[in-house]
Amino acid sequence: MNISIAIDGVPQDTAPSASEAGPAPKRVVVAYGFWIFLLSDIIMFAALFASYAVLVHATAGGPTGAQLFNQKTVAIETACLLASSYTCGLMSLAINSRRYFRTYLGALITFALGVAFLALEIREFASMIAIGATPQRSAFLSAFFTLVGCHGLHVTLGLIWLAVMMVQVAVTGLDATVQRRLLCFALFWHALDIVWVGVFTVVYLMGVSP
Amino acid sequence: MTEARYDRAPGDRPSREMQASAPSPLFVYTTGLLLAVLLTATSFWAANTSLLWPGGVTLGLAVLAIAQMGVHLVFFLHITTGPESTNNVLALAFGVLIVFVVVVGTMWIMVDMNQNMMMPSPSPMNMQMQH
Amino acid sequence: MNLLGKLDWNAIPLHQPIIMGATAFMALVVVAVLGFITMKGAWLYLWREWLTSVDHKRIGVMYCVLALVMLLRGFSDAIMMRAQQAVAAGGAQGYLPPEHFDQIFSAHGTIMIFFMAMPFVVGIMNFVVPLQLGVRDVAFPTLNSVSFWLTASGALLINLSLAIGEFSKAGWWGYPPLSELQFSPGVGVDYYLWSLQISGLGTLLAGINFVTTILKLRAPGMSYMRMPVFCWTALATNLLIVAAFPVLTAVLAMLLLDRYLGFHFFTNDAGGNQMLYANLFWVWGHPEVYILVLPAFGIFSEVVPTFSGKPLFGYRSMVAATMAICILSFLVWLHHFFTMGASANVNGFFGVMSMIIALPTGAKIFNWLFTMYGGRVRFSVPVLWSIGFMVTFVIGGMTGVLQAVPPADFQLHNSVFLIAHFHNVIIGGVVFGLMAGYNYWFPKAFGFKLDERWGKAAFWCWFVGFYIAFMPLYLLGLMGMTRRMQHYADPAWQPWLVVAMVGTVIILGGIVCQIIQLVVSIRARDKLRVTADPWNGRTLEWATTSPPPAWNFAIQPRVSGRDALWSSKQRALATKDEAPARVYEPIEIPRNTATGFVTAFFAVVIGFAMIWHIWWMAGFGVLGAFVTLLVFAFRRRREIEVPADQIARFDLAHQAGAAA
Repeated sequence: MNISIAIDGVPQDTAPSASEAGPAPKRVVVAYGFWIFLLSDIIMFAALFASYAVLVHATAGGPTGAQLFNQKTVAIETACLLASSYTCGLMSLAINSRRYFRTYLGALITFALGVAFLALEIREFASMIAIGATPQRSAFLSAFFTLVGCHGLHVTLGLIWLAVMMVQVAVTGLDATVQRRLLCFALFWHALDIVWVGVFTVVYLMGVSP
Repeated sequence: MTEARYDRAPGDRPSREMQASAPSPLFVYTTGLLLAVLLTATSFWAANTSLLWPGGVTLGLAVLAIAQMGVHLVFFLHITTGPESTNNVLALAFGVLIVFVVVVGTMWIMVDMNQNMMMPSPSPMNMQMQH
Repeated sequence: MNLLGKLDWNAIPLHQPIIMGATAFMALVVVAVLGFITMKGAWLYLWREWLTSVDHKRIGVMYCVLALVMLLRGFSDAIMMRAQQAVAAGGAQGYLPPEHFDQIFSAHGTIMIFFMAMPFVVGIMNFVVPLQLGVRDVAFPTLNSVSFWLTASGALLINLSLAIGEFSKAGWWGYPPLSELQFSPGVGVDYYLWSLQISGLGTLLAGINFVTTILKLRAPGMSYMRMPVFCWTALATNLLIVAAFPVLTAVLAMLLLDRYLGFHFFTNDAGGNQMLYANLFWVWGHPEVYILVLPAFGIFSEVVPTFSGKPLFGYRSMVAATMAICILSFLVWLHHFFTMGASANVNGFFGVMSMIIALPTGAKIFNWLFTMYGGRVRFSVPVLWSIGFMVTFVIGGMTGVLQAVPPADFQLHNSVFLIAHFHNVIIGGVVFGLMAGYNYWFPKAFGFKLDERWGKAAFWCWFVGFYIAFMPLYLLGLMGMTRRMQHYADPAWQPWLVVAMVGTVIILGGIVCQIIQLVVSIRARDKLRVTADPWNGRTLEWATTSPPPAWNFAIQPRVSGRDALWSSKQRALATKDEAPARVYEPIEIPRNTATGFVTAFFAVVIGFAMIWHIWWMAGFGVLGAFVTLLVFAFRRRREIEVPADQIARFDLAHQAGAAA
């Protein structure tokens, strides 16, 4: 009996449902895999958020959030990141219509806004450390620096990724693989802004309310 | 782009945008940006106003944050409830559930345990600093 | 500035003869294996066909090989502990000083969970899932290779700790403050942390890979409710991996920050909160044990129907039970620390949830029993393991539900009753399942069966040995013996510990039988050869040759029902039609790449450098890993096209064999 022939001689129903459609196209597979990765990343942030919430009052006699946080800086950082999310969206539109100049322009502005965000954040960290509000001072500060710093690290890695992608666009052009990777980048960048909404709300705004 | 009949990649625009009646993608992104700016500004106002009682501030900030995350998901990440997006939404729902369990569970447990620690003090976490 | 950080010649524990003996033995084995490969001139073959492979079948086999090797290391830790406890009664100190004993129980747990059970489970899923789904490979083959090599890197680091430095003495959970720098200033905890972070990353990536594969890559016609139950349990497992491992990454990172940069997450001073560590660790830790056991349940769901000649009873309830366990496993974690001081409300909630989670598993047990009932059960080696599981796991599950009652747990927490319980479920559930799967799918992977007689001997040794080794621990726990005791005062415990030692030796006999089984089978492989379907299987992997070609299926299978192969076989027998001539097309398969292996190399460099505070080396490792990623990102030739006539020749040659 010929087993292997039998399995593909099976009569198919007409109009199969979505779950019977067979393997999905590569773009869907790659983006979905990255989506799952993003969810895992957000769960990691959730653990850091939970730790922050538990340790937020463990100031060990040191400075509290209300004493340290500058809402103006945070507002500007938020504006930069939100704007960069917007320009990233515009970049995605340019990629979909294969417009190279707009792609590079969108990437450049996104990159610049991301750098601005990081610069402000590094300045904030430096000023805190300068007055002795170091992560080694208290559990609260450890949790703060870790949560916000982890987000900042993700932004940094995102910027490196964006730069490498632009080199790839220049070298290979906007072929299917590069388009898939840029779709993943866009997902990543928007997700970072979503996490930042959580950060500025929980850390900065809830922390400074009188 | 994709066989949107069955499955859409997360982040890809819905295929009905191909039809003339759908709003232009630029409009979608710009609306999202404006809504996000509005929600952010409201959050900053809520944190600093004296019009709300402290519990209301926290609640309001939480609601505004969740709303803004929703704006990002819908306008920037094109998450819809259409059948071609089901997998994406289910995965998101799973993630949100786990985030909720981890954060709420941790807080419930830790606050409860700290309350059962011996020294009475104004702030449970500061107890170790009572030298 | 010391160029080698904290590393110097004192790192080699020359003053500890047992460790040096173990190191020497390990070195000898490594040299012997490398020498054997050199003698056979197999380096090029090994590199081309295995080390750089992105084929899920090869990667699956490598995972299982890693697991079986680490089983030997973890088991030798076990037998050393049993021997120590068998003699260290009254005033006797035994032969293992406390500093060594502490490293042994820490290494035993860490190795068995992370480097034996996890790789074995992931390896079997790797091999089987794409074949059962009727597709050619997983969603991200190169990422699959990276995942394996990162796991192997973690295993390498933990083995290095034997020879260079020391291992953690803080148990396999690494609770602070003991694991903080103040109380563990040496490199042991750092070995533990870096080895787990690196392999944890590999596992997370594998989880992403499999969730995507199962949800997005299935043969046409295979709707969700037509997937084999093993694929459902694989889906649940990998969803748990994706959800739980990030929490482990976060909590271990926090401990690393405490140790390396003086942060205060879990320190005694400056506001640190050690209970936070326990809480977050077990948020990961409880889903982890379901990550281990769900695939074992899936294996039984394949083995039992096949050897009963009947479809699985209650497919829908199996799927529902699996997904229920997936969600519920995230709602019980506090039962690992009932005694840490939460109030009755909190303890009560998690106690009730821990009891509820036993229900879906109970439903599964009934389904397996009803599958066998009325069937023509063949008592092959996999079925013996399955029946052994059903008895053993139920007992272990019951002692679990017993401890889910907080007042009971207050008596039993961290006693050897607990040790007996979790070994009961892990050995009875996970290990028995893996052994069943190993015997069941070995012929598919290698083309010949494993020797049946030695397989049965191995089972009986494991089964009898398990009970003799662990039932005394239940009694001892009730008598008040706590876990991890290097010596103890009460001589009344000693007879039971001697019995436990005897049981462990019988298990050792089981392991020896398995080694002999492998050697005997390899030598007699020509007599034990099989074709595609040695067990009269029901699922699609039995439609491929043994072993399957790189492309798995010459033509994409189309599925129209559950137990896809079984219905096709019945149809073919009924119609006796001449099958239509097959049209072969060229198939693109992903190209092998050294990306995984090289990434692992740099991961080991980073880990070792961070452990020994050799900062320049760590930087070099990070740079190297980044460059490796770039090389992969910019590569042009990503796939190989297998020509249609090669596929045709292979297929026709093996059909002739199958039809015979």
